Amino acid sequence: MLAVIGTVPDTDFPLTLGEPELQGERLAVAGHTCSLNRGTAALLAAAVKTAQTLSHPRPWAYLIGDIGLGDGSRKLYEHLSRHLGETDFSTLCFHYLMPDVDWHNKVLFAVQAMIARPLLIADAGFMYAAKMSGQAAEYDLFTPDVGELAFLADEKAPHPFYTRGFILQDNNQAPDLMARAYRYDNAARYLLVKGKVDYVADRHGILATVTEPHIAALEAIGGTGDTITGIAAALIDAGMAIPKAALIAAKANRLAGFYANPTPATQVAAIIDLIPQALKEALAASLPDNGSS
Amino acid sequence: MSFFNLFKRKTAPLSLNETYGQGAGILIFAHTSEVIRAEKVLKNAGWPIRVMGPPPEIQTGCDLVIEFPLMEKLRLLRLLKEVRTTPLAVVPVNSPLLQPVDLFQIKDFGDYLMVRAANMKLTLDKTSRRIVNVSGGGCPDVPFLAQRMVGQILESAPLPRDIGHTLCGYALQLAFEEMQRLCSQ
Repeated sequence: MLAVIGTVPDTDFPLTLGEPELQGERLAVAGHTCSLNRGTAALLAAAVKTAQTLSHPRPWAYLIGDIGLGDGSRKLYEHLSRHLGETDFSTLCFHYLMPDVDWHNKVLFAVQAMIARPLLIADAGFMYAAKMSGQAAEYDLFTPDVGELAFLADEKAPHPFYTRGFILQDNNQAPDLMARAYRYDNAARYLLVKGKVDYVADRHGILATVTEPHIAALEAIGGTGDTITGIAAALIDAGMAIPKAALIAAKANRLAGFYANPTPATQVAAIIDLIPQALKEALAASLPDNGSS
Repeated sequence: MSFFNLFKRKTAPLSLNETYGQGAGILIFAHTSEVIRAEKVLKNAGWPIRVMGPPPEIQTGCDLVIEFPLMEKLRLLRLLKEVRTTPLAVVPVNSPLLQPVDLFQIKDFGDYLMVRAANMKLTLDKTSRRIVNVSGGGCPDVPFLAQRMVGQILESAPLPRDIGHTLCGYALQLAFEEMQRLCSQ
């Protein structure tokens, strides 16, 4: 089973564990609801849609309210460090959490205590902490955008905010940035880089690229990076090889965006609704799976 | 839909040592939101301070510090005490501090304008001046900032520096200020 771990922007949202349900533009978990229009809720919604399309069990959610003070993140980190070792999740996807190296390391110790090592996916704040901790290579997939890739490539930056100016945050530079991130051991086993061109890569180089359909407006829409990660996580948990899952997720996310006919003002919920249709098309067009995760 | 890219770099300020010929210190706070609050107070009072990244030995992952002329320590601390924003520590600094991002990417979508600062993007409807999207980032206040800002008019939207708490929030403030500058031309 896939577990998705992150925060929602509501200080009254308690530490909540359970299977998420989609209720229009709301995500419900164990009686608590939040908007699915961005962040970890958008990732979860995309993962739910993907799991439903594959007839696979829904993911499990670990959510807590945090508006940036880190209090919710710390409660969730503490819970994970105490209890994750008792679980048997096959895939863990870490997302919007306050970047904190000490807590990251405690959570990673808890993961190492699990009976079977799960596949580890990280994005957003937890990916920042994973890189800064020097433990990036412990992860199976990072899903940065180009700006975050530049941060991974900068061996000195503790946060994307401090990425040095000579490391150009430009999609055309992505191959060089990926190579640099691997050179300094600041990348996961696989990378899915989200941008004008989506790249799937590992330490040896680029494995695949996705360029079509190109919908310029998607870059402006909050949550479109989260949905790609959610689709990929659900595909991986369903048994698909990581490179193929990353490739299919990139294609499906673009297709869902294409079908939504978006403008830069479109909200991501409109795109999430179209994931099943887009995913079916991307899966139908894909080649047989020859890889292994 | 057509758009073009434009990169713009702010002029980098001189270091405090270059400006004043004196040593610099850093103010260390418990939370990034306290740094943002202290910066606002000190700048409003006319102090020549800079928000910077901390030295590696005190980095935890989402940090800002305030660099200030060390000789003015007592006066600065007195002012901060008055507004109940006392730092955890005050440390002299001799090695270079991390420079925050100073590169903006601007995309013109025709009816919409997007500004990116570091990992944060802000998009505006040019006609209505309404913020239509906030994207990027990875700290927990990003969805909160988006929730509060999307749908608001640029001139009356809450400021990320007032309601944000992290480096992502601070980056969004920079994008917001750049958007204000572009829209005032």
